[in-house]
Amino acid sequence: MNRFTYARAADPVDAIRRASEPGAKYLGGGTNLVDLMREAVERPAALIDVTGLSDDITEQPDGSLLIGAAARNAALAEHRLVRTRYPMLTRAIVAGASAQIRNMATVGGNLLQRTRCVYFYDDEGSRCNKRHPGAGCDAIDGFNRMHAILGASPHCVAVHPSDMCVALAALDAVVHLEGASGRRRVNLTDLHRLPDDRPDIETVLEPGELITAIELPDLPIAARSTYRKVRDRASYAFAVISIAAALDIEDGRVQDVRLALGGVAHKPWRAWAAEAALRGRPASAAAFAAAAGAALADARPLRDNGFKIELAKRTLVAVLEELAGAAV
Amino acid sequence: MVYVPPAIQQTELRRRPLGERPAAEIHDWGKLMSLTVNGSAVSLPDDPRVSLLDLLRDHVRLPGTKKGCDQGACGACTVLDDGERILACLALAVQFEGREITTIEGLGEPGALHPLQQAFIEHDGFQCGYCTPGQICSAIAMAGELRRAVPSYVTSDLAADSIALDRDELRERMSGNICRCGAYNGIVEAILSTFGADE
Repeated sequence: MNRFTYARAADPVDAIRRASEPGAKYLGGGTNLVDLMREAVERPAALIDVTGLSDDITEQPDGSLLIGAAARNAALAEHRLVRTRYPMLTRAIVAGASAQIRNMATVGGNLLQRTRCVYFYDDEGSRCNKRHPGAGCDAIDGFNRMHAILGASPHCVAVHPSDMCVALAALDAVVHLEGASGRRRVNLTDLHRLPDDRPDIETVLEPGELITAIELPDLPIAARSTYRKVRDRASYAFAVISIAAALDIEDGRVQDVRLALGGVAHKPWRAWAAEAALRGRPASAAAFAAAAGAALADARPLRDNGFKIELAKRTLVAVLEELAGAAV
Repeated sequence: MVYVPPAIQQTELRRRPLGERPAAEIHDWGKLMSLTVNGSAVSLPDDPRVSLLDLLRDHVRLPGTKKGCDQGACGACTVLDDGERILACLALAVQFEGREITTIEGLGEPGALHPLQQAFIEHDGFQCGYCTPGQICSAIAMAGELRRAVPSYVTSDLAADSIALDRDELRERMSGNICRCGAYNGIVEAILSTFGADE
């Protein structure tokens, strides 16, 4: 591990000022960054510990929920309003990592965690355009069973590893940012980039910009929502694919729906086309299958991961049927 | 420092409410900062690269906490941070200023074992023993999570005010602790006999 300086930020302004140093990085729980530093994938010159900033989870007057970026994943999953109003979020968080890691990892850090692509981690032995732009990608023709089927590029086929972010994408979450040029808000679905020809640039964050909070809008449909994760073992494994879904049915018709997929793309994947295909349609098996087809219409398999397309379709249908209940 | 095990077992560990924690302070590193390990003050390292795990094992000379994978995959380094389970390998020691860390050495000692330590012996909850300190620290914190009805991936009713510790819940909640010997049946029995609903 390279040498670095360590400082604890007192407030967002202090954090942003300290992060203006070259090579500075924000440090949350450390569960991803410390590991990457040990692997020499990350070599920060300075760590700015932001775990002392707001971790409050508070209901706003407009019914939205404001989550301080330093809130631990476990605290968010456990929060009573999250469990009752946004059950897919609690289920997504507890589907991820282990209880120990969820106690450490912050919400802001979860958003900015990096892919677990094995070629990305293999600094000494593999080419990776994320680590060294222009070097090439050994995953595209390598063992790519766990890699992307949507939104990939000839430069990178890595997937975003977060479960929590898949739920946040489905829940219309808004990310609060603060930087040297002021404050702004970005939809969670716009925070992460597709790889294109610069897979090393993973978000729309400006250098030194800090995630201060996540805002969950008042979203009644979310009370009937869930998250299902398919993985290679029963627990403590990254997603092969996952589905976050919320469904509102009235008089047998889909009034509204939210759908997002995990384990399929470089970013948490909101299934806009599938939602549009479902709204106003009868809540039927045929409509659910059509929505699944729409969600995966643009999917492109690599050598080892073609199975993910059918797996994602079937899981999406199964989750919708679960939410619709036995009436379907 | 010479480590002296505490005479009183810390069976009711609980993270302090956030409001009671010291506020974040502005400082650069290298000052006289400390954390508490099993009730004793321990200075933080000068080098911020030292993990909490290496601080415990190499600086404080408490080898009970084990280094398995050193990358957050096995759970052997599980310790309690203000009563909550964490992985000591994935955290930098300097992040724990002012916190209370409890290791396996702080839970019991020969002749005065923690009830869960005794249960591991009675139920053959280990073979080589390398994962055992992490399993025990993890399970003690898990019992606290259950008492406040923290849901898991297999909990059906997220709004429930209480969750019974059955085998499915236990296996899901303990999935962050790997046993290379495969002593899982004994581990499950030991934890159920100590924290299960009908014991």
